[in-house]
Amino acid sequence: MTEQAKFLIENLTFYYDSGPPALRNINLTIYPHEILVIFGPALSGKSTLLRLLNRLNDLVYDTRMEGRILLDGEDIYAPGVNVTELRRQVGMVFALPIPLPTTIRGNVTYGPRLAGERNRARLDELTEQSLRAAALWDEVKDRLDEPANALSGGQQQRLCLARVLALQPEVILLDNPTSGLDPLSTAKVEASLQTLKRDYTIVMVPHSVQQAARIADRAAFLLSGELIEHNIAAELFTRPQDKRTEDYITGRFG
Amino acid sequence: MTEDRRNEQQRHPWGEFFIESAIKTCGFSAIIFVVLIFSFLFREGAPAFWSVSPSNLFGTRWYPTFGLYGTLPLILGSLLVTVGAVIIALPLGVATAIFVGEVAPHWLREVLKPLIEVLAGIPSVVLGFLGMVALSPLVRQYLHMPTGLTAFTGAVLLAYMSLPTIVSVAEDAIDAVPKEYRDAAYALGATHWQTIWRVVLPAAKSGVIVAVMLGIGRAIGETMTVMMVTGNAARMPLEWNALFMPVRTMTATIAAEMGEVAQGSTHYHVLFAVGIILFVITFIINAVASLVIIRGGPKRGGRLLG
Ligand SMILES: Nc1ncnc2c1ncn2[C@@H]1O[C@H](COP(=O)(O)OP(=O)(O)OP(=O)(O)O)[C@@H](O)[C@H]1O
Ligand SMILES: [Mg+2]
Repeated sequence: MTEQAKFLIENLTFYYDSGPPALRNINLTIYPHEILVIFGPALSGKSTLLRLLNRLNDLVYDTRMEGRILLDGEDIYAPGVNVTELRRQVGMVFALPIPLPTTIRGNVTYGPRLAGERNRARLDELTEQSLRAAALWDEVKDRLDEPANALSGGQQQRLCLARVLALQPEVILLDNPTSGLDPLSTAKVEASLQTLKRDYTIVMVPHSVQQAARIADRAAFLLSGELIEHNIAAELFTRPQDKRTEDYITGRFG
Repeated sequence: MTEDRRNEQQRHPWGEFFIESAIKTCGFSAIIFVVLIFSFLFREGAPAFWSVSPSNLFGTRWYPTFGLYGTLPLILGSLLVTVGAVIIALPLGVATAIFVGEVAPHWLREVLKPLIEVLAGIPSVVLGFLGMVALSPLVRQYLHMPTGLTAFTGAVLLAYMSLPTIVSVAEDAIDAVPKEYRDAAYALGATHWQTIWRVVLPAAKSGVIVAVMLGIGRAIGETMTVMMVTGNAARMPLEWNALFMPVRTMTATIAAEMGEVAQGSTHYHVLFAVGIILFVITFIINAVASLVIIRGGPKRGGRLLG
């Protein structure tokens, strides 16, 4: 089982400054080609956990981490790890779609160009591929050189997804990617995730329990920095083992 | 809520009226002052344009005692010193803003920011004095020039004067770039430097341009410092090493000669004409800056600059 784990999180405890830990002794395995949903109430540490998987929390001053996170069996916090390389391998989409201040094409090719890709034909190919995979190609193919700011919120979020796909990552982290989207755009993003999981490992913080139940293959419930339980989604959402999970899922919480 | 406000107004109808008219008066008088300054400048300066022939007025020789009013050396002198100042201040200012905003650790930032603001408060006479006694001997010695009072000396001091403006305005613009932009860039595998150069700076572009424009505005209008350190020789700065020769700027000419000129004489009107030319140049620079900002994306400019 362990050999095929994509991410292996072992005894992970994480502190911001001096307060109580934001995450407490987390043990979790993330398998390839499935959608893992990490859900829980506000401030339970979901974003923190996600940002630890591509070392984005390195940018926050004054943090402390215990335990290990292995990607394909390698400790990503080991000394000498190339963080930039890691972030290309583990892409991330945020709650707020932030198009970079450039064109649609410029946004998609930004990552590959940073990685040193200069070949125009290859970049064009990547652009089309990624935009198609993010279900945005048909809407923008005639205006690739317009500013990305001109897109609607839903389109911007799919652009951010395409931008990550263009890096050809192995894992995609999504932190509440549909929070600002209308139901139609949400459906489009969810649909593309279902297609994408064939090629990628997807870890997502959902907008709601309903969304979690809709798209998850496997789900993990976080509460105040603790992993209460995790299981195959079909099991967890129908027969939760822990009382607190059940309360949260059925809305009898707090 | 509305009820309360109506009561309030009924209780103080006169107070309300008084404050409103006071504010209106202030607003309108600002406009009136601008118009007055304008018309005064044009009334005093315009005669120069018909009493002095254009070929003389835009000629290359400025010898008012002999009736030669060529303003070209003064215009070029101002431009040379200003451009020199910008070339020095722009990279320094933006780099300092980046350092303060993006690189320096938190405690150092808290020390640097007020220090930079203090720099802006140094009177220009003091800077000019420093330039005369400290900088110009160095220029003479190390560049092997006959004199240290050169356009370059002026440019360095003006650059120094415009730095605080450039740094603090540019740093504000950089600071206003949302944290999410940086996260997004890092998550795409950008390094710290790539994030600054390709995401933060472009996003702060309009603010940075405004910073530089404000810096130029300060430099081109500055009188005291340049008068003290540029040597004030009204000559055409056309040689390749003109930057390291004495020049005379428009502002220094007006300041130096206005006191001794007979009111109503041709010389007097020409000095005002120089003022008009200076005003037109400044106006063009500001107009170009505004255009750049509008073109650069009204949304972003709006958000970053409030
Ligand atoms: N940059 C930071 N510095 C200090 N503390 C932080 C930082 N980011 C998060 N925290 C703290 O860590 C805890 C977990 O926050 P986190 O953002 O991971 O929760 P979340 O589950 O993603 O919440 P939400 O559902 O609101 O997004 C919170 O107590 C929060 O205050
Ligand atoms: Mg969060």
